[in-house]
Amino acid sequence: MPHDHEQPHTLLPSEPALRVRAIETLLVDKGLVDPAAIDSVVDAFSNRIGPKNGARVVARAWSDPSYRQWLLRDATAAIADLGFSGLQGEHMVAVENTNGVHNVVVCTLCSCYPWPTLGVPPVWYKSPEYRARVVRDPRGVLAEFGVTLHDDVEVHVWDSTAEIRYLVIPQRPVGSEGLSEEALAALVTRDSMIGTGLAAAPGGA
Amino acid sequence: MDGVHDLGGMEGFGRLPLEENEPAFHYVWEARVMGMRLLMGGWRKWNIDAGRHSVELLPPKDYLSLTYYEKWLASLVNQSVKAGLITREEVARGRPEEGAVKASPPLSADAFLAFIPKGRPSARQITAEPAFRVGDQVHTARHMHSGHTRLPRYLRDCVGEVVRHHGPHVFPDVSATLQGEAPEHLYSVRFSATDVWGTRASSKDSVTADLWESYLAAER
Repeated sequence: MPHDHEQPHTLLPSEPALRVRAIETLLVDKGLVDPAAIDSVVDAFSNRIGPKNGARVVARAWSDPSYRQWLLRDATAAIADLGFSGLQGEHMVAVENTNGVHNVVVCTLCSCYPWPTLGVPPVWYKSPEYRARVVRDPRGVLAEFGVTLHDDVEVHVWDSTAEIRYLVIPQRPVGSEGLSEEALAALVTRDSMIGTGLAAAPGGA
Repeated sequence: MDGVHDLGGMEGFGRLPLEENEPAFHYVWEARVMGMRLLMGGWRKWNIDAGRHSVELLPPKDYLSLTYYEKWLASLVNQSVKAGLITREEVARGRPEEGAVKASPPLSADAFLAFIPKGRPSARQITAEPAFRVGDQVHTARHMHSGHTRLPRYLRDCVGEVVRHHGPHVFPDVSATLQGEAPEHLYSVRFSATDVWGTRASSKDSVTADLWESYLAAER
């Protein structure tokens, strides 16, 4: 009997799942939402809108000096030019990491995040821990991500308190000279565009 | 509002909940909540500022213990009842009341997908000239009101420098009340970490926030 070796378990759905089902059923029965429209939102944010978009923006900025200038001057237009625009990215600002300045983005009051370029935020970004601590002890928080900065580097924390959304342009990694834009994009991590990480080294080192 | 949501600088929180290769959603129901919240916004009974305020108005113990999408669901239900889209009885029973009129038509998938790349810009045109320029020293308000505001508690009564001018934007403190947009000039203001947190912070570091003109006074 195959069932003999199964772990004890229950097939009951979780409480949040049941609550969500109950509310969705009510809203659909009232004609307030179309379940097919929910499906399409889920698909968009699960499969199409995510940090791969932002990585393309950064890779272009690394590859094309005139695009980098445009991105720093008018990020909304420069990012829209690659096809990423709209909801929760209506007004974009790009901030560039250099040898002397490291930028980190947070939303202490809620969870503002540039959806068109980064998708929906990870749990830690929305957590009370990150929101409380990163403005007060950015270097301690960065250390938890494995990022240690020299004492001389200025840490600029950006608290997203309005509808301006910030994208960090990480420093281009050493040894990435001559890589194609596509290969460069693969080095651009989500965290590097929030400022809690660095771009990956070429060759997975 | 001096709410529990205003977390910047609070102490006593532990390590970050980091996860390798985190998925966009951990459970299907989380994604359903996101979909419902975005689509219900299509009825235009509230706006983004009122939506944020409804999350802030959750009881503090719930705010800190519910997960992110549970908070979205809780505030969505509260807002929908407040706006008259559903009733408390319907929430309790899980189905429409007898004879309830069916709303129509709900926002379609196509309409929503067409809306995503446009979004809802908050920039506006006003005739008033900006009161401040890049490089000006400004002093933030010490006392705020009990409604929705975007001046974080840790940046009250602080002196900073205007580093960017974003032009006029919808003013959330008014917009959240659904009484109009009252656009004001918006600025990025940079504060030195040692001014805000004292000498235990690095003199190299700073925090920059986007603040509306009425939060600010000229620093002389």
